[in-house]
Amino acid sequence: MLLKADAVTFGYTKDKTILKNIDFQIESGEIVGITAPSGFGKSTLGKLLAGYLQPNTGTVTLDGKPLKKGGYNPVQLIFQHPEKNVDPKWKMKKVLREAWNPPQEMIEEMGIRESWMNRWPSELSGGELQRFCVLRALSPETKFLIADEMTTMLDVITQAQIWQVVKKYARLHNMGIIVISHEKALVERLCTRVVYLDNN
Amino acid sequence: MNSKPIFQVENFGVSFSQYVKGIERRELHVITNLDINLYKGKILAVLGSSGSGKSLLAHAILGILPYNASIYGKMYFKGQEISQKDREALRGHAISLIPQSVNYLDPLIKVGKQVGFSLRQKSEAEKKQLVLQQFAKYGLAPEVYDYYPHQLSGGMARRVLLSTALLAESEIIIADEPTPGLDEQSLKEVLADFRKTTDEGCAVLMITHDINAARTIADQIAVFYAGSTLEIANVEEMTGDGSKLRHPYTKALLRAMPDTEFVPVEGTQPMPGEMTKGCLFSDRCAYKTEQCLAETPPLRDVRGGKVRCFHAS
Amino acid sequence: MCDKKKVFALGPREKALISVVGFTLIVAVVMLIGSRIPDSAIMTDFANINQAPSSSHIFGTDWMGRDMLLRTLKGLSLSIWVGIICSLSSTCVAVIMGIIGPVFGKKVDAVICFLVDLVLSIPHTIVVILVSIACGGGFRGLVVGVAITHWTSLTRVIRAEILQLKEAEYIKTAEMFGKTRAQICVQHMLPHIVPQLIVGTILVFPHAIIHEASITFLGFGLPSHEPAIGIILSESMKYLTSGQWWLATFPGLTLVLISLAVSSVGRNLEKIIDPAAAYKI
Repeated sequence: MLLKADAVTFGYTKDKTILKNIDFQIESGEIVGITAPSGFGKSTLGKLLAGYLQPNTGTVTLDGKPLKKGGYNPVQLIFQHPEKNVDPKWKMKKVLREAWNPPQEMIEEMGIRESWMNRWPSELSGGELQRFCVLRALSPETKFLIADEMTTMLDVITQAQIWQVVKKYARLHNMGIIVISHEKALVERLCTRVVYLDNN
Repeated sequence: MNSKPIFQVENFGVSFSQYVKGIERRELHVITNLDINLYKGKILAVLGSSGSGKSLLAHAILGILPYNASIYGKMYFKGQEISQKDREALRGHAISLIPQSVNYLDPLIKVGKQVGFSLRQKSEAEKKQLVLQQFAKYGLAPEVYDYYPHQLSGGMARRVLLSTALLAESEIIIADEPTPGLDEQSLKEVLADFRKTTDEGCAVLMITHDINAARTIADQIAVFYAGSTLEIANVEEMTGDGSKLRHPYTKALLRAMPDTEFVPVEGTQPMPGEMTKGCLFSDRCAYKTEQCLAETPPLRDVRGGKVRCFHAS
Repeated sequence: MCDKKKVFALGPREKALISVVGFTLIVAVVMLIGSRIPDSAIMTDFANINQAPSSSHIFGTDWMGRDMLLRTLKGLSLSIWVGIICSLSSTCVAVIMGIIGPVFGKKVDAVICFLVDLVLSIPHTIVVILVSIACGGGFRGLVVGVAITHWTSLTRVIRAEILQLKEAEYIKTAEMFGKTRAQICVQHMLPHIVPQLIVGTILVFPHAIIHEASITFLGFGLPSHEPAIGIILSESMKYLTSGQWWLATFPGLTLVLISLAVSSVGRNLEKIIDPAAAYKI
């Protein structure tokens, strides 16, 4: 599969464009890094690619077709702050199974403990929550994963743990990953190809 | 570290009384056995993952813990033990907090005026002069005095907040995650900003989860794990393969860095309430023995640093 | 290291629980007793007219020799009924208005906001009087009138909550997982507004009964043969100047106390079911 952005331009307000004429593409199985200093629209590009935002001009296509509205989105986006991304009124076992039913072995690989399942999100730390958010999005229907500063707020051990699972899964299921991060070392470590955004 | 520390935290702990179910309550020990020392002119980074209790430490020093928290252990300021009342008196004067973002400034008051708040006894003109002097030291243009907080960039905001602390004649500055997601270049700027405060004789306590930030900015690094200090290391030891480090957890941290091996150690940090007797890291440690499971190791002096492990040498 | 202690000292949650249970009981008992009093118990008894409070008539008697305690209880139970019906019906209106506004787009939302502002900008008393007269007066007119004027604040609360939820990251994520709008409404949004609903309903209650009493006092509410607090108060006005203070004091005081009791139930219930407070002391 091919996820492609063609001459995408975007601005939150009319007079200020953040992204100008951006071309980007990623194939299944690739791990592509996007890196740039803050304020260069890395996250905005991620949101455009996942269909959270619509470009002002240009197109985002998956295998030549525009991203469909409604139904499971094959392009899943994971954010920096997991605590904003789980419903505080849901227990963790329900959060984990919102999209699919992850097999027990993946739960264990991700380092999720049985005792966390009956907790509320407010009782877990960011590192613990992010494991749930990542695993929740790794359903077989996910063809591309966009990790927007996915492990920035986490300690390095948790970061390495999560990426180990994600990389293994991507290899097995030929999933494409876009790594958006300011951290050069991480992007260079993970990715097969790195894209540097600059002023255009 | 020959001189006397200006601020000491000894065998410190925080616990919360919490409702578990209905009206059943329990004591949740979030911080146990925590020790740090701050020295004049030095920057100490407290490095810990989320849930390790590092932010609570800052709140405890400032005396702003919620009322269902109880504290034990001791804190010393210039050799004198301090109580909750002392902490309330010290905060904002001798001890200042540098928050993460401009959101902590009042959005409706001009920046210069807010910085001047800490100069209580002075006239408006004197205040303005002192604030502008301080701004100049940090390379902030005089116009910034009349800015509103939303007009500040991230770096300017940090310098404004540092100026506030210095004008209040703070001796201790606590910075809570001052570097969320900063690249190498920006980190160096932060370092320069903090260095200026230590040159004026402040001690800085920087709370962070980012090893790179800690390595770039600090002189010493205190490693936190599950609410306890596992190691206090000098910054130059935190490089390469970590062979100069003392605690297995700190070594594991270095090995997990993306620019070294990127290898995680199995398992997860125990949650408050799940901590068992003995060494907190024992369930993930390759060197554990019977002794590690039975008793909590004391914080020992090893090779110019401190470590809480029976096997470090 | 986690010792589950049995703590006997009262924490805020225990206190809240005690006051919720206590005040609910008081209100329930008043309602029950009031509705059980037969009309024969407050018949005229000219042997005992205008008696000051004493051990046989704690609240005294009126100019027709009726026991004021019994009349007050009966009046209160009627008031509580009015309060329950009014607060439940205004909650229903509030839920519908509060949800359809944000969900069905800007035009619907603008209409609802206009309605809220409209109702809020006219003094309640006047609207209740107008509506209750338009509906033929009496119990029905009064209930409709009070219900029509008390849904606004709760509507605003729910609308704001839904608007905020709509922007939450976890709601967007649920959309990306292919959840439909109805699923998101039921699974993610409804649980968040339930606490506000319960507390909001309870807090409307004291307003409703005070308004009921004041409208009745002014003569636009319940007919004068009903033993309502408003009726008792307006009748007693005539006798206040002749020194019969107890006719107004006790019924008025109990009305205020019942309102305070219910309002305290609402506030304490909020402490108990508020998600942020769920695990705190």
